[in-house]
Amino acid sequence: MSEIFPEGGQQHPIDLTINAQARSLQVHPWTTLLDLLREQLDLIGTKKGCDHGQCGACTVLRDGKRINACLTLAIMCDGADLVTIEGLASGDQLHPMQRAFITHDAFQCGYCTPGQICSAVGLAREGHAATPDVIREQMSGNLCRCGAYSNIVAAVQEALPLMRAAPQAQGDQQP
Amino acid sequence: MTPFSYHKPASVSEAVNLADPSSRFIAGGTNLVDLMKEHVVRPEHLIDITHLGLNRIERTSSGGVLIGALVSNAELAADSTIEQHYPLLSEAILAGASPQLRNMASTGGNLLQLTRCYYFYDTGTPCNKRDPGSGCPARTGLNRIHAILGASDACVATHPSDMCVALAALEAVVHVEGRSGKRQIAFAEFHRLPQDAPQRDNQLAVDELVVAIELPPPAFADHYRYLKIRDRASYAFALVSVAAAVRLDNNVIQLARLALGGVAHKPWRDLAVERMLIGQPPSQALFTRAAQTMLQGATPLSHNGFKVTLAQRAIVRALGDAVLDAAARGARP
Repeated sequence: MSEIFPEGGQQHPIDLTINAQARSLQVHPWTTLLDLLREQLDLIGTKKGCDHGQCGACTVLRDGKRINACLTLAIMCDGADLVTIEGLASGDQLHPMQRAFITHDAFQCGYCTPGQICSAVGLAREGHAATPDVIREQMSGNLCRCGAYSNIVAAVQEALPLMRAAPQAQGDQQP
Repeated sequence: MTPFSYHKPASVSEAVNLADPSSRFIAGGTNLVDLMKEHVVRPEHLIDITHLGLNRIERTSSGGVLIGALVSNAELAADSTIEQHYPLLSEAILAGASPQLRNMASTGGNLLQLTRCYYFYDTGTPCNKRDPGSGCPARTGLNRIHAILGASDACVATHPSDMCVALAALEAVVHVEGRSGKRQIAFAEFHRLPQDAPQRDNQLAVDELVVAIELPPPAFADHYRYLKIRDRASYAFALVSVAAAVRLDNNVIQLARLALGGVAHKPWRDLAVERMLIGQPPSQALFTRAAQTMLQGATPLSHNGFKVTLAQRAIVRALGDAVLDAAARGARP
């Protein structure tokens, strides 16, 4: 980060739920949700790629919907229910989307993977058909510079019906 | 980001009373937060309007629809009334941004997003829109994505929205509220051409907030097409886009609407071209004539001459698609 973060200025209290845990926090108005997660809460699974909403590496779920954490001000998440990549598994039991990404080797360097998986979990709730064309269009907000796209599409295509059959995993509930 | 204070008013009247030239309203934040990170926009006060309601889609007594300014782009595109009666709007929204951004971005904010001109974003260069009077490097610089219609010496930027192109074709009305009360602005009047004041993108006063968008009664649910031409298949701004809508009776065009995106400082309409189409049976020759007329005033720059031909061909194709039944061309929804 080249950004100079002023230490002064008023902090504001916010209450939110992150990965099923209630949190009461103090944030500066200019702190993004992405910086809150990574710098203040040590939830570094959510990645900073472009920091401009162009790559999707920072995708998290807010009230069940996928969003870019880099373009979200933390202060505007007061009362929100957030799920990050760290919140998808249940103990040692991986989320079906995580398992599918491993099965299909849907990554190379892995940097975009948390965002891809959170985005795909959000996609599952949007009710689209699980065809490769639809998945490619609906996953277009997540870039993979290694080019693992064909395996990502295969992983998402496998996991979507599994999630619809058993929507009990974290991040799959209705808000 | 440059530090700012944060305000969360409890009502629209409280919000507009807080507004001054050093403040900005924020809803989805998808464009504003990015502009603030780049120091292109540096508000001293941010007024969060996301808790003010304004998030319903309602039928109006005149048979139209009133869309709250805080309805997200994703909700609007997927709304059953919009999908069924205004499918052109759904098609345009889904052609824009990414699913994540559409979940965040608001209806009102979509109107207010700023140009993606490289020079506007680069605070190391002059820009009349960002810094009035400093000059326009795009006019002689990298201007492949810039305007071919309605530009001025001061500014050749384009408006980046897809949704607004459909709203222009549908003749939406923008409902705004300010300290002196409420008013309605016809969509064609809402955005400005740059002229000698490109820093003003629209007609809103500093204290005015977009509270809703009204759609007139539906007329184009059967024959419509939003065609977007861009550098990659998804998640890119339009080089050229066309919102085409017609009403057909016995294979004669009764009503026609045509709006272009990616070519001007606002969604571009030409009422004379729309009138040309009325009373005629659809044909390739008619659409070609309309396309040529619509672009006859184009003044391309050094790198965007291709947009003239591209726009003409896109108009012919969009009208050709529109006169087919939506089902016949495999449109969704």
